[in-house]
Amino acid sequence: MGRWAIAVHGGAGVDPNLPQQRQEEAKLLLTRCLNLGISALRSDRSAIDVVELVVRELESDPLFNSGRGSALTAKGTAEMEASIMDGHGRRCGAVSGLTTVKNPVSLARLVMDKSPHSYLAFSGAEEFARQQGVEVVDNEYFITEENLGMLKLAKEANTIVFDYRIPVAGLETCSAGVESPLLMNGLPISVYSPETVGCVVVDSEGRCAAATSTGGLMNKMSGRIGDSPLIGAGTYACNICGVSCTGEGEAIIRGTLAREVAAVMEYKGLDLQEAVDYVIKERLDEGQAGLIAVSNKGEVACGFNTTGMFRGFATEDGFMEVGIWE
Amino acid sequence: MGWAIALHGGAGDIPLTLPTERRVPREAALRHCLQIGVDALKAHKSALDVVELVVRELENNPHFNAGRGSVLTSGGTVEMEACIMDGNTKRCGAVSGLTTVVNAISLARLVMEKTPHIYLAFDGAEKFAREQGVENVDSSHFITPENIERLKQAKEANRVQMVGRIGDTPIIGAGTYANNLCAVSATGKGEAIIRGTVARDVAALMEFKGLSLKEAAAYVVEESVPRGNVGLVAVSAKGEVTMPFNTTGMFRACATEDGYSEIEIWPSVQN
Repeated sequence: MGRWAIAVHGGAGVDPNLPQQRQEEAKLLLTRCLNLGISALRSDRSAIDVVELVVRELESDPLFNSGRGSALTAKGTAEMEASIMDGHGRRCGAVSGLTTVKNPVSLARLVMDKSPHSYLAFSGAEEFARQQGVEVVDNEYFITEENLGMLKLAKEANTIVFDYRIPVAGLETCSAGVESPLLMNGLPISVYSPETVGCVVVDSEGRCAAATSTGGLMNKMSGRIGDSPLIGAGTYACNICGVSCTGEGEAIIRGTLAREVAAVMEYKGLDLQEAVDYVIKERLDEGQAGLIAVSNKGEVACGFNTTGMFRGFATEDGFMEVGIWE
Repeated sequence: MGWAIALHGGAGDIPLTLPTERRVPREAALRHCLQIGVDALKAHKSALDVVELVVRELENNPHFNAGRGSVLTSGGTVEMEACIMDGNTKRCGAVSGLTTVVNAISLARLVMEKTPHIYLAFDGAEKFAREQGVENVDSSHFITPENIERLKQAKEANRVQMVGRIGDTPIIGAGTYANNLCAVSATGKGEAIIRGTVARDVAALMEFKGLSLKEAAAYVVEESVPRGNVGLVAVSAKGEVTMPFNTTGMFRACATEDGYSEIEIWPSVQN
């Protein structure tokens, strides 16, 4: 028997001035999700079940940018995407352009388990959701007051704001719109806050899995697909490791970031943390991103070149950590 | 060093008994598209321009599953997707769910060059196409009698493409990849290519394991993807070319600067 390990994230690239209360809320949510995953692992649930379970929880909580609390399109709607991969057999499923499915990650799982395909999008994915009888809700369910406020700000700035989300109440304190030396996607970090969510797990049988879910970019054009649903970019798992990425989607796609971690382990013989460090350092070009990873040996690793990343880890030997900053 | 070009028109269970009337026009199309690419290379057009030019030509040809001649969804509609990547800069663009855009590949290039994004799909991609003023037509343009017949057979065999299905083609690292070492385009069973991250793996084996282009491509086709599922064409920065597949056949053609040229469907040498 191997050792289980779990890692979760709620996005990379955090405003250094993020209000303390919000930081505490994020840590509480990450801790709750870790505990949920840990008890599932202790009850011998498989890695694929656990990543789905944990990401569902992250989607259902409005704090991060996925499911309820998703960033909004230019039209003010939520358009969500997610993917999941089981390293055991390298099976995978992905969805994009969801507008009514309460838990996109679970529909991605159904694409993997119940369809002949790996990836369904937009009306075809919604139709599949109906056939499968997953829980659907009105698009309004996903839309929070905070995000309506941020969309308005984004429109006033006349820009696509990448994956950001900060509380309206905190605007004054975190100085949205004020010139900041820290930029992501050309935007001040104060209005950038990615908060895509993800989870990676290795279970006690050494099976790795990964899942990632997002609402995408604030004020995005309808139809924009980011890295989260793309196998090899935002999400990847094989028999060696499981990886979930977050950050500037286009840089992650170009760098096939999640697959790279596995590729340098497989083809270069690096260990997990070396692989994560190598990929963050060498494979991101100018881009900014972060990722979490587990290996089949029960190791966890994290890497990011952003200011901060919402993340949490736990391993079978009792190690547990939740953090935001370096 | 020298230029090299390889193109494909799909890999799969192409029967050795393919009727002449179906074989001949496809061979002619491969030859025609190859020639267009070779001429463009001789005129010193960039690799990026040449791949776009050649794929446009393949899209316009009704005998391949792209543009006119696209395979139909279970709803009898076309939903086209495409992807382009510049190995020099690793910039890339992709589109899915197109129903009216004549040349999906050119829209993918516009996504790369004119948006901050890489990938646009469905209504959003169509809307972007309108904004960019690319040529569009009624969907019926893409639907050929041969594919209507094929859909009927596929439905009987209960093997249809669901509406909204995205395959490997538009996914960077799966169906398409290019960097400073090589460029790869894969074809076959999309789901197997996605989980095998086939195109990136060829490049990764060269980059991380030091394999040659031929070795890397052969490894991926033989070891990473189950038999009957994949074919790919690839070129290296050194001007090499390789076109392995583990399916019955693959419509393919290649040429290199030193005068080598090949247009084939089935294995050229029986192993």
